[in-house]
Amino acid sequence: MPRRVDRNACLSCGGCAGVCPSLAIRLEYGYRLVVDPERCTDCGLCTVFCPAGAIREA
Amino acid sequence: MQDRYDVVVVGAGPGGSSTARSAAEHGAEVLLLEKRSEIGAPKRCGEGLSVRALAELGIEAHPRWCVNEIWGAKIVAPNGKSLEVRYPEQVGWVIERKMFDKHLAVMAARAGAEVRTRCEVVDVLRRDGGVRGVVVESGGERFEVEADVVVAADGVESKVARWAGINALHRLEDVDSAYQYEMVVELDNSDMLELYFGNSVAPRGYVWVFPKGRDVANVGIGIGGNVAKDTAKAYLDRWISSNPRYRRGSVVEVNAGAVPVGAPLERLVGNGIMLVGDAAHQVNAIHGGGVFEATFAGRIAGRVAAEAVERGDTSEAFLSRYAEEWRSLRGEALNRIYRLRRAIERLSDDDLNFLADVLEAEDVVAFANGERLGKLAKILMRKPHLIMAAKELM
Repeated sequence: MPRRVDRNACLSCGGCAGVCPSLAIRLEYGYRLVVDPERCTDCGLCTVFCPAGAIREA
Repeated sequence: MQDRYDVVVVGAGPGGSSTARSAAEHGAEVLLLEKRSEIGAPKRCGEGLSVRALAELGIEAHPRWCVNEIWGAKIVAPNGKSLEVRYPEQVGWVIERKMFDKHLAVMAARAGAEVRTRCEVVDVLRRDGGVRGVVVESGGERFEVEADVVVAADGVESKVARWAGINALHRLEDVDSAYQYEMVVELDNSDMLELYFGNSVAPRGYVWVFPKGRDVANVGIGIGGNVAKDTAKAYLDRWISSNPRYRRGSVVEVNAGAVPVGAPLERLVGNGIMLVGDAAHQVNAIHGGGVFEATFAGRIAGRVAAEAVERGDTSEAFLSRYAEEWRSLRGEALNRIYRLRRAIERLSDDDLNFLADVLEAEDVVAFANGERLGKLAKILMRKPHLIMAAKELM
């Protein structure tokens, strides 16, 4: 299961995409965070990194 | 937009705009792409820049983005003891990043680069051990743009380099999580930077208060996400609520961010590709500042890219001239600063309090620039349990 993004908390900084080892996270036009379910391995690094606590387990 | 350029720069932060400007000034046909709709927004930054850095970059201070003069710093230890230094002259600026970034992009455009916003690079066109262009998405359409050189200036996300096969992943232990408010708050000193340290305040980082005027400040935090017990937002909110003055303050902006605090990447180029700025991990690992480093590296990268195009040789071997020149000018300093970061993260609050007793504020400012590290090593050696930390500096 891919990670779930809480859009109320996400501030679109994109740091999660930088720490994602699977290149699974895209920040569309710099605003909308999208996790690719095909690539996400549910390693959880994005959750540990997120300054806003916006990425959770699904 | 054409379907081919000499140089395509991905990302219009300070690194990308500086590269684009420099490449255009040296005769290359340049396209600078930004995925967001506005260059410089949202910012992810404390917005401090030294007078020395601006002078080194040859950029003239402009009142539109140089919003406040800085004359000194106050550093607060976990036990509340503060070290202060006020210099006889102005040493820094607090800048308006949105205006600054846009200014650099305007300079790139004036030098002849074509600048486009809301153009997202979603992949690279590959060639042997490198790239020959990018895939762009814009306005619901997807198209290819060929380039002799692609510059990955796509910040901490750094996907372009990774698509090209260069390992530019930010390891979690080398990225700080940052959260930041712009606040209207009563300030004691509007010309001093304030930094608050402590493992309960900001594990592996600090809280900063950078005044943007008499009663407005950029108030933020950077922490090691992997060593912290909570989110950066939670730590910052806790610090604010424990300070009555800040608790009463208003918030006019909020941002989050990631700050690379690792060593600069060993590999900065491949065939037809160059890495600049956060994407290349070119950041001061102690204070987390990257604007100067990215802009400085971009000037070199842009010139070498234009020379490569001119010579018809955009191989990794030729583009390595950028890596070598950059390393000789900045690489060593940044590696030294990275070792300092490794030493400091071993320190407990008691150790930090001990340092606050024996150091002057000027020392701390020097350490942040990678200077006087021998002095720090000697002080750490006085405490047997800090010998390992001291060894990081040798």
